[in-house]
Amino acid sequence: MEHNPSQLAQASKVDVPDIQFVGVTKRFGNVAAVDNVDLSVESGAFFSFLGPSGCGKTTSLRMIAGFEQPTEGNVYINGQSVVGIPPHKRHVNMVFQQYALFPHMDVADNIGYGLRQRAPRPSKSEIAKRVDETLELVRLEGYGNRRVWEMSGGQQQRVALARALINHPTVLLLDEPLAALDRKLRREMQIELQTLQRDVGITFVLVTHDQEEALSMSDQICIMNEGRIVQTGSPRDLYDDPVSRYVADFVGKSNFFEGDVVDVNAGSYSIKSATGQVFSGFGSKGAPALVKGGKASIAVRPELLSIGSADGGNIDADVKILGQIKNRIFLGEHTEYLVECEGLGEVLVLSPKHIENIRGTFEPGASVTLGWMNDIALALGD
Amino acid sequence: MTDNKKGSWLTVALLTPTSMWFLFMLVMPMIVVVIFSFGERSAVGGYVASFTFDQYANLPARLKAFTNTLTFAPIGTFLSLIIAYPLAYYLAVKVDRRWRLLLLVLVIVPFWTSLLIRTYAWIFILGGRGIPTLLEFIGLEGIRMINTPFAVYVGIVYGYLPLMVFPIYVSLEKLDKNLLEASNDLGGTPWRTFMQVTLPLSMPGVATGCMLVFILLMGEFLIPAFLGGGKIFFLGNALVDLFVQSRNWPFGSALAVTLVIIMVVTVSLYMRLTLGGKNGRDQSLM
Repeated sequence: MEHNPSQLAQASKVDVPDIQFVGVTKRFGNVAAVDNVDLSVESGAFFSFLGPSGCGKTTSLRMIAGFEQPTEGNVYINGQSVVGIPPHKRHVNMVFQQYALFPHMDVADNIGYGLRQRAPRPSKSEIAKRVDETLELVRLEGYGNRRVWEMSGGQQQRVALARALINHPTVLLLDEPLAALDRKLRREMQIELQTLQRDVGITFVLVTHDQEEALSMSDQICIMNEGRIVQTGSPRDLYDDPVSRYVADFVGKSNFFEGDVVDVNAGSYSIKSATGQVFSGFGSKGAPALVKGGKASIAVRPELLSIGSADGGNIDADVKILGQIKNRIFLGEHTEYLVECEGLGEVLVLSPKHIENIRGTFEPGASVTLGWMNDIALALGD
Repeated sequence: MTDNKKGSWLTVALLTPTSMWFLFMLVMPMIVVVIFSFGERSAVGGYVASFTFDQYANLPARLKAFTNTLTFAPIGTFLSLIIAYPLAYYLAVKVDRRWRLLLLVLVIVPFWTSLLIRTYAWIFILGGRGIPTLLEFIGLEGIRMINTPFAVYVGIVYGYLPLMVFPIYVSLEKLDKNLLEASNDLGGTPWRTFMQVTLPLSMPGVATGCMLVFILLMGEFLIPAFLGGGKIFFLGNALVDLFVQSRNWPFGSALAVTLVIIMVVTVSLYMRLTLGGKNGRDQSLM
């Protein structure tokens, strides 16, 4: 490739974010698809919008691409406002969900499409050279003359990537790019996308509803709900310090014990559940403080729960609750138990293999004790 | 078919009505026409069995009908195309969904009345008290419209427009709109997007529409007779004249056979040019 990451990094000043939203709102009729959003995407980052369908993530992406214009606020690409600028004049490219490859062109013509739109138009040999280089980049050497419909889903995906990357965009936009692939291929492409992003040094902005996809690939994740940003942070931040129950539920799995806040003590909260039990947990970093008398949940990740026999003697925990095993799934490296706890609902427990080897497993129907340490429990508002 | 006796029996049963129809309504009349074209006209008209090439040798007598048909049919097809395409594009891409069905119906509505009556109406619109009178109000005097080639083209475009609009509409309507966004995203201006994506992908519709209009125009006789004022003769008019008025069936048959040959040749050439070649798959979908 004629470009290299360091050149690109120099070209776009490091301190100017590649993408910036300032007070961006997009309304369709009376519905605000995106509602007063501020965000910035640093140069060279792998940034993901994560959320359920209708949360505004795709609309945000389409505003970066130029297919939608904000109703209010400003969108900046590389420090320049792009409001009112049509897509063909923006230096960003998109990989479409269903790839949107041109069916009347072969693979090489699809990939070279962006270069052919340039003024002045590069020479035929120049385009052919760049197309070959890009085919190599996405590991499709020799496929230039293929018809796009002769390619498998994964190959079409690479062609779509190549068609966007050949233009060296400031930002590459990916709209649910892996949704159409089967599970195994999706896993491979996740790794490949990550590697590719590091190799080319281009900022990637991904839209997905799949938390695993977002967690495994991104540097930064922006979780959206109903047009607003709920939380932005690294995958680890979101997992360890979710600001609300919504985030904790969306990123990874979690158990929630609901109740009323009965005591507030320096970032730690006590919550009394319907059963009368009192649980305590820490407030999350960056989360709004909870008020006494309000509703809240104590969140405990399934892998941080211990499971032991009904007498409760063999586990080391601050809090212990009783339950009965409803279901057990053996997953190899760990066993997943679904435990029915009276008054508290179903609780999910992930028990690692090395612990099982020592303590043994529990049969469905068995009475068990679940326990956890107070310092791993989070107190979260909705 | 050989694997499954029941299946093959069913296939034959299902295909029989169609095959019979083609045989009795298309193939046999064609054979009759071909046989007639080698015969002679009796003194009182009609047909006398014979084997002679006289009728074919006599074809240059109707040369004007050939040249007229072969001029008006392609130009008429082309005019219909350039008028129908923007309309079809508007209906398929631009118009609000709520209005689409209504507008489509409006395109078909004229078909509910006979072409004869509608063409007759144009005689008045283009005639002395129609548009030329209106033009006189703005000082354009002495413009004649009826009984000119212009009037014939107006009639052709008016009568055949829906046949051109619908196939193009269908191919534009099923065009994946993401492709247009993709082109736009890759730096294609709206115009270049149209030329490089929309137009090539709507070619199946264009080809179908052109073929429908062209084939029907080759046999047209009503429009030139009404709007051309007897001065512009198509092959269709010559056939009506030969079969109905002068009752020269053998000569008429020779003319008809020649018309069929011309059509087969031009249409197959056209299909070769537009449908064959590298875009095989998409276009076979039409």
